Amino acid sequence: MTQYAIRNTQYAKDWEPRIVGFLCNWCSYAGADLAGTSRMEYPANVTIIRVPCSGRMNPLFVLKCLMNGADGVLVSGCHTGDCHYSQGNYYARRRFAVLKRFLEYIGIDPRRFQMSWVSASEGAKWARLICELVSEIKEAGPNNMGTIKDA
Amino acid sequence: MKIGVFVCHCGTNIAQTVDVEEVAKAAAKLPKVKFAATYKYMCSSPGQALIVEAIKEKALDRIVVSACSPNLHEKTFRKCLEDAGINAYLVEMANIREHCSWVHRDKLEATRKAIELVRLAVAKVSRSRPLEKTYVPIEKKVLIIGGGISGIQSAIDIAFAKYPVVIVEREPSIGGRMAGFDKTFPTLDCAACILTPKMVTVSQNKYVTIHTYSEVMEVTGHVGDFTVKIRKKARAVDLNKCTGCGACFAKCPVKVDSEFDMGLGKRTAIYVPFPQAVPNVPVIDREHCLWFQKKACGACKKVCPFGAIEYDMQDEIIEEKFGAIIVATGFTQFDHSVYGEYGYGRYKDVITGLHFERMVNSSGPTGGKIARPSDGKSAKDVVFIHCIGSRDEQKGVPYCSRVCCMYTAKHALLLKEHDKDAQAYVFYIDIRAAGKNYEEFVKKVQDEYGAIYLRGRVSRIFEKAGKLIVRGADTLSGAQIEIKADLVVLATGLVAQDDAATLAQMLHIPYDQNRLFTELHPKLAPVETITNGIFLTGACQSPKDIPDAVATASAASVKALGLLIQDRLEKEPLIAKVDTDLCSGCKACVTACPFNAIEMKEVEVKKLKRKKSVAEVVKGVCTGCGNCTAVCRMSAIDLEGFTNRQIIEEIEAL
Repeated sequence: MTQYAIRNTQYAKDWEPRIVGFLCNWCSYAGADLAGTSRMEYPANVTIIRVPCSGRMNPLFVLKCLMNGADGVLVSGCHTGDCHYSQGNYYARRRFAVLKRFLEYIGIDPRRFQMSWVSASEGAKWARLICELVSEIKEAGPNNMGTIKDA
Repeated sequence: MKIGVFVCHCGTNIAQTVDVEEVAKAAAKLPKVKFAATYKYMCSSPGQALIVEAIKEKALDRIVVSACSPNLHEKTFRKCLEDAGINAYLVEMANIREHCSWVHRDKLEATRKAIELVRLAVAKVSRSRPLEKTYVPIEKKVLIIGGGISGIQSAIDIAFAKYPVVIVEREPSIGGRMAGFDKTFPTLDCAACILTPKMVTVSQNKYVTIHTYSEVMEVTGHVGDFTVKIRKKARAVDLNKCTGCGACFAKCPVKVDSEFDMGLGKRTAIYVPFPQAVPNVPVIDREHCLWFQKKACGACKKVCPFGAIEYDMQDEIIEEKFGAIIVATGFTQFDHSVYGEYGYGRYKDVITGLHFERMVNSSGPTGGKIARPSDGKSAKDVVFIHCIGSRDEQKGVPYCSRVCCMYTAKHALLLKEHDKDAQAYVFYIDIRAAGKNYEEFVKKVQDEYGAIYLRGRVSRIFEKAGKLIVRGADTLSGAQIEIKADLVVLATGLVAQDDAATLAQMLHIPYDQNRLFTELHPKLAPVETITNGIFLTGACQSPKDIPDAVATASAASVKALGLLIQDRLEKEPLIAKVDTDLCSGCKACVTACPFNAIEMKEVEVKKLKRKKSVAEVVKGVCTGCGNCTAVCRMSAIDLEGFTNRQIIEEIEAL
């Protein structure tokens, strides 16, 4: 299904990064909900996929996104100690620390993969985080590994 | 497969930033989508009827509702699918409100993103499988953490419905903060007069068990089946033998500051915190007791006519099962020592509102005399300062503590009632008296009791010739004010208990930056938490006055009872599942599971005519976190509702 293609590095000026956010249901997803209820504006570059826990996240999901041409991937879970399932975020933290180094090793700009801890009451933090993330990915430029099917 | 997509306008909430018609048009073009429609309010009855009708007419078998957050309405639409006769788990929500229309302004961008979110939801639902709900039994008993007015009210309400309830209170008596108050605003009922009967009622009820001087140590399990470890700290006094005669503390030679009297009075080492304590059984403060410190004295044991004193009593740890938990842990005072300019700690005559409550109480340490702690002389000019810690982002908490305006007004009134010659000066920022008869009360204090209200902050307090000089500004007249005061009362704000975060982590409930526990929905679910079966009441959720604490207590009780009256509890089938053909029996999932929900079992492999060991998920225990799925080398274990296939499909749809 995936259409691999090398994207031209000389990208158009109006290029907007496409970022995938995997958010745990209990903290970060709810935090992003709160940003909504509080009407905090942030750029529309992040598409959110809901997962029950950051511990559900298989590193392959991140790789799959990057292979499909996502310019950035974010995994966001609960703060240390706050995991709804006790320990899921600890597993995620370790798993993705390894992945981040692995990505660097295989030549992928480590900025493309980020982790964050956003609680259900941190709507403002979520909005701020997205603003920062988008500008960072803009600096990193388009991911030339593949292309995401256009909308 | 026939997928139906329903796009909600949510009035103008979505429609004003997202072109919903465009979203529906784009959705209709997606593969497998057979029907797409929009409606003003999908969650309304006609909105749901629209979905039911479309399912029946167009024979739809998968539904995407593109509306608000699934945390708000996923259940609504699952029910809707059930009504239409298809499996409840064949619906996905695209969150185009909280994650789209409310956070983006550009209509083009927002519409593009909304279409993308719908495309993802369609992709995911195309891989959804019908799931069957499972049912688990409910332990028909409620745990209440905290025995203040909130906890007491909750216990009374639950016991009234004849369900057993256990209160765990860490102090030696129930009663909480309210027990220390003098009178209550705006009716001036004496706090003890209205609280004590409730304390007695709750302690005598046969459905209520009270563990005082006890703490919750560990909470495991889930709604309907919580296992809780409670540490019953050793009182050194046998609860069953003691009659509360008081012979022991009459003879105790040790005198230390009384916590209940905020250090304004003394208590003995063996003590009941206050005369109306429930249970009326003393406790030995081991830090100060001569027996525990030097193996000396032993007076209390000698004089006790009932042999109730047991020096070698040990902490006891009990384990109990509960179906629901109500958190009623209340608040603590803001630590105002950060305001060096107000001299708290340096000047004995700068006290807090809670000190004043004890001082003005006729059974308190001064017998109701408003006396300067420094020299015991009666205080004539008393300055009250509002918003100590509240509404101060730099040094305190950003929120308004809600009760300080009112309790200060009450203090000003009580001051005048106790001493006609006394004068109250109140420095305030705004007067917040929103409540039944509250505004009238403040007005009465100003008009009839002559309290002088000055709008402004105090810049400095210093001592001069035995008086406290209070310098501040009256911003209404623009004048600099200097008052020679005998006593200064700081209206300290309400903050979360010091160990609030620890408790929240134990219960797996969220808390905010102020460590106040977070409710499921600020308006529509104010006493529920995101963790099913755990409810909030009182000031642990946000500052509350007594009427609000009591109201939320009853609300939490009703929510808990609503669970308990069910014969069995519906459990979401969104749990892990093992493909035994793929499972290699490596046990990686067993180690990764935080809940010990995976066991190994033997299965017959027909082809090879031998047995092999595979993982099996214990349905009642699995919580559906999915941690096992990420460690499985064979992808043999998967999580229903968030399967690998579903997530990959979403990624592919990006």
